[in-house]
Amino acid sequence: MSGIVPYPLLSAALLVLWLLLNQSVSAGHIILGSVLAVLASWAMAALRPEKPRIRRPGAALRLLGMVLFDILRSNLAVGRIIVRSREPGVNAGFMTIPLELRSRNGLAVLAIIITSTPGTIWLNYDAAKGTLLLHVLDLVDETVWIRLIKGRYERLLMEIFE
Amino acid sequence: MNAAGSLPAWAALLTALCVLAGAGVTFIGSFGLLRLGNFYARVHAPTLGATFGMGSILVGSAFCFSMLETRPIVHEILIAVFVTLTTPVTLMLLARAALYRDRTEGSKDVPPAAAVEEVIPRQEG
Repeated sequence: MSGIVPYPLLSAALLVLWLLLNQSVSAGHIILGSVLAVLASWAMAALRPEKPRIRRPGAALRLLGMVLFDILRSNLAVGRIIVRSREPGVNAGFMTIPLELRSRNGLAVLAIIITSTPGTIWLNYDAAKGTLLLHVLDLVDETVWIRLIKGRYERLLMEIFE
Repeated sequence: MNAAGSLPAWAALLTALCVLAGAGVTFIGSFGLLRLGNFYARVHAPTLGATFGMGSILVGSAFCFSMLETRPIVHEILIAVFVTLTTPVTLMLLARAALYRDRTEGSKDVPPAAAVEEVIPRQEG
């Protein structure tokens, strides 16, 4: 099985993408989409990326829900800073967080989560020391952000990828 | 959009509400670009449009066209996935370029690149 389809998850995602783009689940589109998905996963195999192992799909769903909720919450927080604050961005600052997550896929997902959440942006990850440099718009209490990233995201990402 | 006339009033209202909420949040984000003080703080503002703003407009769009064609239209999900995957790349690229420039200029406002200074002597020795 893995000889024909080296990246089953990627192939499945590409097939869903194809069906969504064509707005159809007819047999013809499923066959054409499957052929394209398998061909694309062969091309991907030539690049030899680190194979992601998703151990806990349930945890991935929980993470997705958590991230959506946090994005909504920080939209409100950042919006309030922009509109209400007399001097917006006065509390902005850099901070460093030590990370225990080492999986590359996990780090990539964490980078997307942190950067697409309003109010925090991922600047630099130091792989030798395992520290992450962030810029935070509302940096009043560093421990709140450390608890958010380490306690909420990192723990779940380690469950999923490691 | 001639077909828009066949949309029931409550559905049209709901669509309008979603689209206006999304546009409003995106506007606040753009307004933030104007109000925030320095480059790093400004990078945070457009993410409002890329998350809630985008999401709300897409929900409005999916709802509107699902009602018009009386079948679920969900390819807006693809737009959400692609925007979510690509905006962080741009934002990180911009922020890291700014950080690199500030460090090269020896700015005191950004944290120094400690790691690089430690690694270089080790490679020489």
